[in-house]
Amino acid sequence: MVDLETLAVMGYVPSEERLRRGPVAIYECVEEIPCNVCVFSCPFNAVSKSKMTDLPRVDFSKCTGCGVCVGRCPGLAVFVVDVSKEGNVGYVTLPHELLPVPSRGDEVLLLDREGRGVGRGVVTRVYRDKVTRSWVVTVSVPKDLVMVVRAIRVIK
Amino acid sequence: MCLGDRRIYTHPILEFRRGREITIFFEGEPIRAFEGESLAAAIYAAGVDVFRLSPVLRRPRAVFCMVGKCGSCIVRVDGVPTRSCVTLAEDGMRVERIEGLPEVSRYERRLVGEEVVTDVLIVGGGPAGMAAAEVLCNTGLGVVLVDDQVRLGGQLIKQTHIFFGSKELFAGRRGFEIAEEYASKLSRCSNLRVLSGTTVVGVFKEGVLAVSNDVKYLIRPKYVVIAAGAYENHLVFENNDLPGVMGAGGAQTLMNVWGVRPGNEVLVVGSGNVGLIISYQLLQAGAEVKAVVEALPRIGGWFVHAAKIRRYGVPILTSHTILGVNGTQRVEEAVIARVDENWNVVGGTERSVRVDTVLLAVGLTPNVDLVRQFGAATRYVPELGGLVPLKTPYMETSVENVFVAGDLAAVEEATTAFIEGWIAGYSILIKAFGERGEYVSRREYLLRMLHEYRSAPVSERVRRGWQLSILS
Repeated sequence: MVDLETLAVMGYVPSEERLRRGPVAIYECVEEIPCNVCVFSCPFNAVSKSKMTDLPRVDFSKCTGCGVCVGRCPGLAVFVVDVSKEGNVGYVTLPHELLPVPSRGDEVLLLDREGRGVGRGVVTRVYRDKVTRSWVVTVSVPKDLVMVVRAIRVIK
Repeated sequence: MCLGDRRIYTHPILEFRRGREITIFFEGEPIRAFEGESLAAAIYAAGVDVFRLSPVLRRPRAVFCMVGKCGSCIVRVDGVPTRSCVTLAEDGMRVERIEGLPEVSRYERRLVGEEVVTDVLIVGGGPAGMAAAEVLCNTGLGVVLVDDQVRLGGQLIKQTHIFFGSKELFAGRRGFEIAEEYASKLSRCSNLRVLSGTTVVGVFKEGVLAVSNDVKYLIRPKYVVIAAGAYENHLVFENNDLPGVMGAGGAQTLMNVWGVRPGNEVLVVGSGNVGLIISYQLLQAGAEVKAVVEALPRIGGWFVHAAKIRRYGVPILTSHTILGVNGTQRVEEAVIARVDENWNVVGGTERSVRVDTVLLAVGLTPNVDLVRQFGAATRYVPELGGLVPLKTPYMETSVENVFVAGDLAAVEEATTAFIEGWIAGYSILIKAFGERGEYVSRREYLLRMLHEYRSAPVSERVRRGWQLSILS
């Protein structure tokens, strides 16, 4: 699976300064596939492609970290990370299409890109995308794990 | 007989709307079923593993394809040998296992004969056939669409993942929703007649013969679009006919159309997009995917589909194959092993995986029979799935006025099947009404769209194959 270095080379990792400013989308779309859902879904025109089969280019100055693309991306390959708050807690917003669906306040197991448990977090927001009906979940994670946590397992 | 209930009642994406509860009898035992449900799905849901015993060795057999192609689920219904997957359950049905070959029905069915003279015959109601029908909708041409399934939509009806592509190619929407939308759209075409549950038998001197349960149609069209799709490949390994070994598409139908879980612990063979997507859908249906095995040293499908299952811990074992399965009535274990670069099994790497289900996602083969009956030229192009029809860029075969579209033309994706179906539709309009500017420009636009969609590196094989299948 993809590592941080590859994402950085592809221009998917925002600067430290941008990360500190507020939530921002991380695209883990590393293969040129025919799709431009992110481009037409973004309310801020922050994502572009010159043709359908290009990799998406994210303009981090326009991206507000709103998370619309998280629930729309067919590849479930977009995440929003937020390290802008004081203290050691960061937030990851991720797509979730498994049962059970977590509720706000639930404690969940945090999984990395290989499905390994890397800690526990608390769900701070859950909503269902109107178009795809995917769930979009925000969880609190240790700040140093915002680029590690990519799925959750609900403990119920 | 009530061994359990394999139905899925809660699902993160799908809602299963079941009809009235009814009772059917399997080998004399009552089984709960729902009106409008596939008979095979109802029997399987009740925990039945063995549907029939094979013709020669009397080996247990069960559902494999779930779309009426394989014959593994044939049972006797009220005395008549019947493909249970494409038959709807009805209250009081008496179902029996068949040992050996099914007999010719003792009941003579009285088929009403009907001659149908039409401008266009479309064979197949999947994305390609529906797309052709959409273009021809309310154009003044008479159109007959024949489809052998109970609902329109082809394989779209079981696709729960979100479509890629662009907005006009349904990107961001789920396959089953697109199928529902099209079925409703086509119901408003005044020039279109849809014959569902009807199978095209072949091409005869008098016309194209198609039969349903009640009617024998003799169809005489001016133009034909064959969009008959493809069927799932099987794989050779020990005990590969044991119940619990299913096509990935068959399992998708069970799970996503009928809401029945194919198994609890599953091994998936093949890491192309189908294998990766079915693995994710199994997780959504509450099953455990023990592993995906892939004989090649690399994952076959798209990165994003692999990432989706990896983050839930599903191992994708590249350079691995399945050697066999064991079990008495159904799969109880699978034996897998590592293979080297020459596809030879590496001694000492064999290991057993406890699973109750093995899903084969090892490619599809185009249904070219009808194309060949029309006399159209075919060519073996492995990149496209095997024997495929030769065609012009406008989707016309070597036989004038016979067109193809979809997986039959090249095993690819629903998205490209739609584009090819549209192209075939415009080609017919151009033939019927002359080279009107709007038709020609629309067709050129679609050709560019197809070209753009296939321009990604992931489509390299298809591009190569397509060139080899174009009529010069």
